[in-house]
Amino acid sequence: MSETLNRESLLKAYRIMRTIREFEERVHTDFATGEIPGFVHLYAGEEASATGVCMHLTGDDYIASTHRGHGHCIAKGVDPVGMMAEIWGKATGTCKGKGGSMHIADLSVGMLGANGIVGGGGPLICGTALAAKIRGTQDVGVCFFGDGASNQGTIFEAMNLAAVWKLPAIFVAENNGYAEATSSKYSVPCENIADRAPAFGMPGVIVDGFDFFAVHKAAGEAIRRAREGGGPTLLEVKLSRYYGHFEGDQQTYRAPGEVQKLRETKDCLLQFRRRITADGEITNEQLDAIDREVKTLIDDSVVRAKADPKPAPADLLTDVYVSY
Amino acid sequence: MARKITYQQAINEALDQEMARDPRVIIMGEDNAGGAGAPGEEDAWGGVLGVTKGLFHKYPGRVLDTPISESGYVGAAVGAACNGLRPVAELMFVDFIGVCFDQIYNQAAKFRYMFGGKAETPVVIRAMYGAGFRAAAQHSQCLYNMFTHIPGLKVVVPSNPYDAKGLLIQSIRDNDPVIFLEHKVLYTMEGEVPEESYAIPFGEANVAREGDDVTIVAFGRMVNQALTAAAALQNQGIHCEVIDPRTTSPLDEDTILESVEKTGRLVIVDESTPRCSMASDIAGIVAQKAFGALKAPIEQVTAPHVPVPFSDALEDLYVPSPARIEAAVTRVKEYR
Ligand SMILES: Cc1ncc(C[n+]2csc(CCOP(=O)(O)OP(=O)(O)O)c2C)c(N)n1
Ligand SMILES: [Mg+2]
Repeated sequence: MSETLNRESLLKAYRIMRTIREFEERVHTDFATGEIPGFVHLYAGEEASATGVCMHLTGDDYIASTHRGHGHCIAKGVDPVGMMAEIWGKATGTCKGKGGSMHIADLSVGMLGANGIVGGGGPLICGTALAAKIRGTQDVGVCFFGDGASNQGTIFEAMNLAAVWKLPAIFVAENNGYAEATSSKYSVPCENIADRAPAFGMPGVIVDGFDFFAVHKAAGEAIRRAREGGGPTLLEVKLSRYYGHFEGDQQTYRAPGEVQKLRETKDCLLQFRRRITADGEITNEQLDAIDREVKTLIDDSVVRAKADPKPAPADLLTDVYVSY
Repeated sequence: MARKITYQQAINEALDQEMARDPRVIIMGEDNAGGAGAPGEEDAWGGVLGVTKGLFHKYPGRVLDTPISESGYVGAAVGAACNGLRPVAELMFVDFIGVCFDQIYNQAAKFRYMFGGKAETPVVIRAMYGAGFRAAAQHSQCLYNMFTHIPGLKVVVPSNPYDAKGLLIQSIRDNDPVIFLEHKVLYTMEGEVPEESYAIPFGEANVAREGDDVTIVAFGRMVNQALTAAAALQNQGIHCEVIDPRTTSPLDEDTILESVEKTGRLVIVDESTPRCSMASDIAGIVAQKAFGALKAPIEQVTAPHVPVPFSDALEDLYVPSPARIEAAVTRVKEYR
């Protein structure tokens, strides 16, 4: 099994990854009916990254997420029921229906928001990390971003700033091979995103993002270093998204069968299940029970989201400094 | 009968015809082709909503997909414009201006004046704008007023396919930096568009509907909302003149002032938030230059002063509706 993870933690990790998968598969299905408004970017396939990182975090640590944010939210402890209502544009949503899929945030659990602006989270996480440092807490900030975002000026500036100020920040580059329809083979001219880390004077680490244990271990080291005052790390997680850039993307830029092969051979849930049941301490039946509970939770979240009220007209003018 | 195409096709055709006519024209942006470096189809997207589809293969080497580095490639387009090209850089959503604005407002906009008239910067920045897609606060803004504020920039807001084609051709031929803003809700709008190439000069408003009772000045998508309202008001015996300035900079003040001299009543419809908006700008101009003609207070129909909300229930209230325009027109018409 794993030296650092006890049975309880393993079951927790499985539950989180399963919840993300179930949530995303369900949004995918429901989006196809035309009932879910707006742009939706799904995280299915990448669960081991958010989970492997966030398992090390407390509610006082901050994360900044991306447009593909549902997985980060769930892993950081945002309530999936509120998230589903948010995606459906309901008053009961995490952000009262004002933000939607791309802007789910819950600062009470250290989730600084999904983000509609690619690279928007980097500087913000420098700020939460700076605050932690100045206030003398042990808290860290984690910025999740994509291979595409790795080319954004804000991310370069943030990494430099974090290194200059030795901030307790971790930059998690989720390299899923594509930014929209553009391959990272085109947009990232060096072999790995992590190869850029030495130029910023920080460690760069590469992990297999289908392997929860690899992510968990590498993230653990980076986060421990940050908590101990050792400064930032760039962690590149190599993974894949199972669905299109956004729902509705025909994905003709991908190779035929690309995703199917990954689902069958490398899927993070599949690998995780195989590994934790290998010595018989955790059984398939236990995991099946979690699957059923998670399914009930997500089914229920959809039933509630559908039935919940939309925001009231008066809500248009609230939550802003002076409206007219 | 004239041929009908969509707003989106009209934009594609303008780019196509200018690229065919002038080898200095290049286009660039994220996924303007799509599929770069990927194992599947090339030109897979042709822009996030397919506006530039087909140009990649037709003009080899002149359709550049970019990394997500807006400051980098928008600035590169400006530099290339200083060195003999006529680049059209696409910003996808205008909201992304935040990460590259310096290259536009401190660099491109200022060169000609700041360098004593010795520089020309024939660059076009294309971007889609506007609410209505449930795309929430960071993908729905209406920022033409922000660009209009900057001396040195020209700002174009076509309201229909015919204007989109003619104004984009003019934008590419123009020697100053042009911000060309496409309302995403209009992409599917059909209209009559000549097949041949034509340019619509900047600073010439289109009188989209004639009338003697009330002047409505509207921008972009709001022109169509105003025309819907005007048609309904006609049944109540109120005859509206609907003016579409087509460019916010330069602005055709004369056409607006002449209309107000005739009607004495003005409603301005602007999808952006109200402070420092085109609505407040035009209200100021008319209050100063046509004060004597006014028979009623000027009405401004705008979005509320809040970010664009996600939920359809709120977004539908956010965007100025024909009903709100009708109510404003009725108020100014009845004012004594
Ligand atoms: C500043 C900015 N530029 C462009 C976009 C449009 N956009 C949204 S997601 C995306 C691709 C992001 O790719 P990546 O960072 O690899 O994340 P992934 O979608 O693969 O998770 C782009 C170009 C944006 N939202 N913000
Ligand atoms: Mg990516």
